[in-house]
Amino acid sequence: MVTGNIRIRSELSEAKPGIGIRLGYSVLYAVLIVVAALQLFPLVWLLFFSLKNNQEVFNLPPLSLPMNPRWENYEKVWSAGNIDVYFFNSVWITVSATLITVLLGSLVTYAVTRMRWKGSSLVLGLFMVAMMIPVHSTLIPLFSLFNKVGLTDHPLSLILSYVAFNMPITIMILLGFYYALPREVEEAAIIDGCSVNRMFVQIVLPMTSSVLATTAIINMIYNWNEFIFVNTFISSDSYKTLTVGVQNFIGQYTTDWGAIGATLMISILPILITFLFLSNRIVEGIAAGSVKG
Amino acid sequence: MDKVLSNKKIIALYVLPSLLLILAIVYIPIVLTAYYGLNEWNGIGAMTFVGLDNYLALFKDETFWNSAWHSLLLAVFSGMSLLLYLIVAMVLAARIKGAQLFRKIYLIPMLLSSVAIAQLWLKIYHPTNGVLNSILESLGFANPPAWLAESSLVLFALFIPILWQYAGFYILIYYAALKNIPASLEEAARIDGANALQIAWKIKLPLVMEVIKVTIVLAVVGSLKYFDLIFVMTDGGPNGASEVMASYMYHEAFRAYDFGYGSAIGFFLLVICLAVTWVIRKLTASKDTIQYS
Repeated sequence: MVTGNIRIRSELSEAKPGIGIRLGYSVLYAVLIVVAALQLFPLVWLLFFSLKNNQEVFNLPPLSLPMNPRWENYEKVWSAGNIDVYFFNSVWITVSATLITVLLGSLVTYAVTRMRWKGSSLVLGLFMVAMMIPVHSTLIPLFSLFNKVGLTDHPLSLILSYVAFNMPITIMILLGFYYALPREVEEAAIIDGCSVNRMFVQIVLPMTSSVLATTAIINMIYNWNEFIFVNTFISSDSYKTLTVGVQNFIGQYTTDWGAIGATLMISILPILITFLFLSNRIVEGIAAGSVKG
Repeated sequence: MDKVLSNKKIIALYVLPSLLLILAIVYIPIVLTAYYGLNEWNGIGAMTFVGLDNYLALFKDETFWNSAWHSLLLAVFSGMSLLLYLIVAMVLAARIKGAQLFRKIYLIPMLLSSVAIAQLWLKIYHPTNGVLNSILESLGFANPPAWLAESSLVLFALFIPILWQYAGFYILIYYAALKNIPASLEEAARIDGANALQIAWKIKLPLVMEVIKVTIVLAVVGSLKYFDLIFVMTDGGPNGASEVMASYMYHEAFRAYDFGYGSAIGFFLLVICLAVTWVIRKLTASKDTIQYS
């Protein structure tokens, strides 16, 4: 297992509370529990109506348990058409864009933090300013550029866009980690005559594996949920991803609540399962990627 | 050592792929947006140079000003909601057992795609079968409104899912910052007789001010370019009552095929986002940042 995670928090020592403090604490817990209920409630309701038929949705109270769960909603949706294609597209486009972003981001971060060259701060500045640029301002020219080179309705248009727009945040998270990384190992390796490339692959990448996992997860969440590029660049069903697919798919089921619910559940389930297993890393990654040190 | 680490070939190999990509996908499109905005263009045929006509038309365009106003309202809403998030984070950081679990529960909506969130909330707001109106009716409200069909309510109704979506994200950031405050400061204040509110207001708030500034920029700029959720839920309706800058740009370019005008809006959006970022940073620039160690 990898050690050396970024620790953002330090647990405070526990004191033995008195009566007044305990009362205060129950108020605090009440606040937190209400917020948690509000955050979960829409999703619980979604799960319930995805297992009901229309009659049950319209006639029973909204929070009644689905007494005889209609799993056929899920079967119907899964076999009805392209959802498996969309699902597969989402997976491979997300994974390949993420791998490219994390690799290229690592190379840039290495060059900026370890190598000595004029213009390194300018280059870093270019990547950081790109974070401030709204995606939508680039949408029209990107569309016409991809059109010119024949990349509209092609997965490459998505992968290139995802890599470019996620590069800044990726580099930002990596930077903090690289600055904190001890350089002795690398210096020793250079003295021993190790080439930069070999050192990068055999020493630096393994040393940064925990932060690579963090950035990879953040990238995956962004790419998995991306909507506007797919909606603008991709027109044929065979290349659509789950977000746009779900949008079109739901259009067909205007009045079939169970089918709509099942479609939404299928689209969010991978994220929920990922979160179940990797929640600590995701929490760390989001915290690390949002607050500039 | 220096020779190895300033090898130009290696540096170029590490930096150029990413640099070229970000120039091609982010920076060149921005320049093109500014240029397209000076032209009359339907996206397919030839461009006609019209100088500042698009921009002049933009300033007389009532729909545009309305959409800018809606974007601004969203930004103000988002700014105000930060206070709510900060309070929850303060509660969470008060030596709460299970803080980890709460943090994770709050974050779940943030991980879902805007499309899934939009479709779910469309169902929640459904006038007759949605869970919101079902609950309101059972509480005795005879005729609850059709939330998304009322011009006066639609922006407020749209803001609720945005509040829900981002809660976990901002609470997480604030929590991480609050946990970074050394416990000794709080202990000392308590020994001096400060109560919890005084500690929150006089000690914790100033210490997390830097993070609050970052989140204000994130929230305001994020709202100015907000698009996905509105695009799916209302598409700017009813009658343009929820049209925002980014959705208006999209409609002008990809529905009305007025790419020149759409680009002018896109460029305006870019300038506004960069300007707002700069203004907030200037306004909140502190002469002396508080040091604690």
